[in-house]
Amino acid sequence: MSGAMIALWVILGIIGVFLVAFIVIYNGLVRLRNQVKNAWSQIDVQLKRRYDLIPNLMETVKGYMKHERETLESVTNARNMAQQLSGGSVGARSKAEGELGSALGRLLAVVENYPDLKANQNFLALQEELTSTENKISFSRQFYNDSVLRLNNQTQIFPSNIVAGMTGFKAEEFFEVSAAEERKAPKVNFS
Amino acid sequence: MWEQIRSNRIRTVGLVVGMGLLLLILGYFLGLAFTESGIAGLVIALVIWVVMSLVGYFQGDSILLATAGAKKIKRSDHQRLYNIVEEMTIASGLPKMPDVYIIDDPALNAFATGRNPEKAAVIITSGLLQKLNRDELQGVIAHEMAHIKNKDVLLMAMTSVLLGTIVILAWYGSRMMIFGGGGRSRRDSSGGGGGQAIIMVIALVLAILAPLLANMIYFAISRKREYLADACGASYTRYPEGLASALEKLGASTGQLKSANQATAPMYITNPFRKKGRAASDLSSTHPPISERIRILRSMGGGTSFADYDTAYKQVHGGKGGVIPASAMGLAGATSQAVTPPKRTPEPDKITRTRETSDLMWKMGNYKEIDCDCGAKLRVPPGFKETSIKCPHCGRVHKVK
Repeated sequence: MSGAMIALWVILGIIGVFLVAFIVIYNGLVRLRNQVKNAWSQIDVQLKRRYDLIPNLMETVKGYMKHERETLESVTNARNMAQQLSGGSVGARSKAEGELGSALGRLLAVVENYPDLKANQNFLALQEELTSTENKISFSRQFYNDSVLRLNNQTQIFPSNIVAGMTGFKAEEFFEVSAAEERKAPKVNFS
Repeated sequence: MWEQIRSNRIRTVGLVVGMGLLLLILGYFLGLAFTESGIAGLVIALVIWVVMSLVGYFQGDSILLATAGAKKIKRSDHQRLYNIVEEMTIASGLPKMPDVYIIDDPALNAFATGRNPEKAAVIITSGLLQKLNRDELQGVIAHEMAHIKNKDVLLMAMTSVLLGTIVILAWYGSRMMIFGGGGRSRRDSSGGGGGQAIIMVIALVLAILAPLLANMIYFAISRKREYLADACGASYTRYPEGLASALEKLGASTGQLKSANQATAPMYITNPFRKKGRAASDLSSTHPPISERIRILRSMGGGTSFADYDTAYKQVHGGKGGVIPASAMGLAGATSQAVTPPKRTPEPDKITRTRETSDLMWKMGNYKEIDCDCGAKLRVPPGFKETSIKCPHCGRVHKVK
């Protein structure tokens, strides 16, 4: 085999390696982006579930809580507000949902003062449903944020940033917690 | 996380391949000893292994569920448990929620089955459902979900099939050599001579050593996966204390699970045969000692990432080697901030939980429930023939549907 032939094969080999690396990285990025989309729709499902539960909760609670008009109204308002914004941007939504979350938190806190309500079977089932929905919202947000972090890392670190730049992958927005009390104690880890 | 699973997989594959080689060597020498053809032995060993693997792959989970006496439950049977499993499905990002099964047994234990994340199940005992609060239950379910997500379930099932094949071959091989008088070797002693005797000795030694060695490999794989599942579980719930305090309760209980056996032991969250207070840290243990797992989870210092778990592991082990591969650290370390501070959720107390659980078990046994106006609850056994029943409390007569 002549020198030129060897050089040709080497060049072809190198191109091949690059091509394979490109495909692998690109597929990884696509998978991550789909995961982010999927996680986002999961948050959506849970938020809708919360909208649906609130009127039910209001019906059950109303008869018992005569002196908590303000608390009840703030939950209803926050719910309507959040539902209106549900087609909006990630930032606006997370703010509205955060407010709804803290309004609900205040409501569930005052329940402690109503022993009759706490003994109501219907309310207990609703409370479990609502608590679990809250948990599911925060778990789906946690999974969404983890996925976004991985995607964003991939779009920024070498060499996948080159592939991401060529094929138009952009960093995604985190679903931040915006309610004041939920932001109180940020934990920073430097390890 | 994928990276860490992948690099762990490579190490595990090494161990499994080692076990496979052990099987082949054993088959080869047993073949030489009995039929003078190592290839025949190889083929026999492979056939047994393939058949057992196929059965294990396609029927393994149903066999396991049947021998454990587990019953599938619906959402309406136990709302809270079902919700917790849903929550952990979301947190772990599994594509589909696993089925939920209950074993009617006061012992505290749990395990997961299923050959892939799409077709999986988590199984817990009724004792566990009754003794653990919501956070603890969540921790246990998160641990089981991690087993499913990391594909440990399939791995352990396939490895235990391999182990079983080695044990069976070695058992029959050694019995035939000792009690069967090794018919062939005696007949051929005039021609074969010393060579055949050496092969017989090698085969016998292998038949004795191979099962022990395979067991050790099996347990090494199993124990590593337990730590990893703990670490993943902590990162799903963002609340290591839940799992730690559940493990504490599990460790304090002495009940042995009736339906477990040696082959299924590594599937459970804690060793079902463990004696109280025994620090099972020797090589023949499928699980790391509970006290150690608790100490690691409690040393995570508020963090919940793999890096935090690894640091805690090293701390507990006096600075020696971690369990999480370095390649996974950078990636997972960044996600360690708790997205939300864990909320303490309102939940029923112990008495309510006990009642719920016993209600569930009656229902599973097909008992009919009739609420009497006087507040008593009548339970009608499935074989009840009469059309009406009198409340023993107040004397009202109820129709039995």
